[in-house]
Amino acid sequence: MTTIGVLGLQGAFREHIRSVEATGSKAIVVKRKEQLEEIDGLIIPGGESTTIRRLIDRYEFLEPIRQFGESGKPIFGTCAGLILLASEIDGSYDVHLGVMDIKVRRNAFGRQRESFEASLDIEGVADDFNAVFIRAPYIEGVGGNTKVLARYDGHIVAAQQDQYLACSFHPELTDDHRLTEHFVKMVEETNKTLAL
Amino acid sequence: MSQTGTDRVKRGMAEMQKGGVIMDVVNAEQAKIAEEAGAVAVMALERVPADIRAAGGVARMADPTIVEEVMNAVSIPVMAKARIGHITEARVLEAMGVDYIDESEVLTPADEIYHIKKDDYTVPFVCGCRNLGEATRRIREGASMLRTKGEPGTGNIVEAVSHMRQVQSQIRHLRGLSEDEVMVYAKENGAPFDLLMEIREEGRLPVVNFAAGGIATPADASLMMQLGADGVFVGSGIFKSNNPEKFARAIVEATTHYDDYKLIGELSKDLGTAMKGMEMSNLTPEQRMQDRSQ
Repeated sequence: MTTIGVLGLQGAFREHIRSVEATGSKAIVVKRKEQLEEIDGLIIPGGESTTIRRLIDRYEFLEPIRQFGESGKPIFGTCAGLILLASEIDGSYDVHLGVMDIKVRRNAFGRQRESFEASLDIEGVADDFNAVFIRAPYIEGVGGNTKVLARYDGHIVAAQQDQYLACSFHPELTDDHRLTEHFVKMVEETNKTLAL
Repeated sequence: MSQTGTDRVKRGMAEMQKGGVIMDVVNAEQAKIAEEAGAVAVMALERVPADIRAAGGVARMADPTIVEEVMNAVSIPVMAKARIGHITEARVLEAMGVDYIDESEVLTPADEIYHIKKDDYTVPFVCGCRNLGEATRRIREGASMLRTKGEPGTGNIVEAVSHMRQVQSQIRHLRGLSEDEVMVYAKENGAPFDLLMEIREEGRLPVVNFAAGGIATPADASLMMQLGADGVFVGSGIFKSNNPEKFARAIVEATTHYDDYKLIGELSKDLGTAMKGMEMSNLTPEQRMQDRSQ
């Protein structure tokens, strides 16, 4: 059975657990780096990226998560998670995991009062997807290997690069589990390939 | 087509703060210490609650200069307090771009009867509550986040514990009631019936509920998380301690790993003196901030 881990240092990790469970897969909260051994795919949730980064450092998660991804296992970053995956962050802010070839801008749509919901078409995943953007980042540019999945107002808000999936918005805050389902499928397929 | 200021966007913002610590700060330097320590947000104030107590007189919204200074200093969300019922203070903070407003009993209420109608605003609000009646009234007025009132600025956790337990216990009680009993329960508690029905069905509040008012040590933060808090506000505790940097980091870690007692033991070593606390029975009725609103 496929087990998806949700990094549970801070933020909306319980909502992701619920969303994964709604797709019929098993989900566990990951609070210790040793738990990465027990999972097939990892979700890095929304929260405060600076807070999550501090806790990643303190509990020595950075290198183990990088290795987890480099071994071919899928990682899905939402909002703060997207920032943590990016190889370049606007304003010379520290790069975190840096595993995905994307350049991001933090709080790109503005402060909380500018936060919004909107309907999006996510290529190959879902049409008319209700996306919730909260002090959200967007992707300013992607490398050649990265596929753009969705744009809002011309800005890239979802992308995939091999085993890495990222979005600016919060799929865990609605009852629409199509994007989570897409990630679970990525994990299941990787499981099959890695088993060969 | 996009929509700002929806319930989902406002409540969602508070969801992102879960498992985190929101720290009171009075200037840019403290805000940076808080951010560096891993705070999920800061509350920009002119004085921390302990100093508001000491100063006496009327406590109002902070000078906008301080709020702006803090907003420019950090990239994490910035909250600020408006007086209960003070529509204009709240509108001013919203216009400044503050990320969350605390309609707070720590400040002297501007209105002794009515709270702000918070669902008129694009900016989300957090409010204090001591029981399910207060919690549901605030939610129906439009609060997107709750916190215990506790007794701010005392460094004494006892009231926050009591308020968190009370809300949790009332939710458990509510789950066992039949629909006709809920109507009477709504009447007795001054709670909106439809909202009680929703909570009874879900088994939880529709918004997050943080702990606030008297958290002074990492162990206090852990205690509140164990009692079911979604996160903690630390007011006077951090910058009234001897070593704010260390203290702030310890509180953040104790909140994340609230059930790791060995770790909390380590975190609590050599923290220096915590803020001097106050015993509840020594407070006069006028000094009890929690009784300033219903």
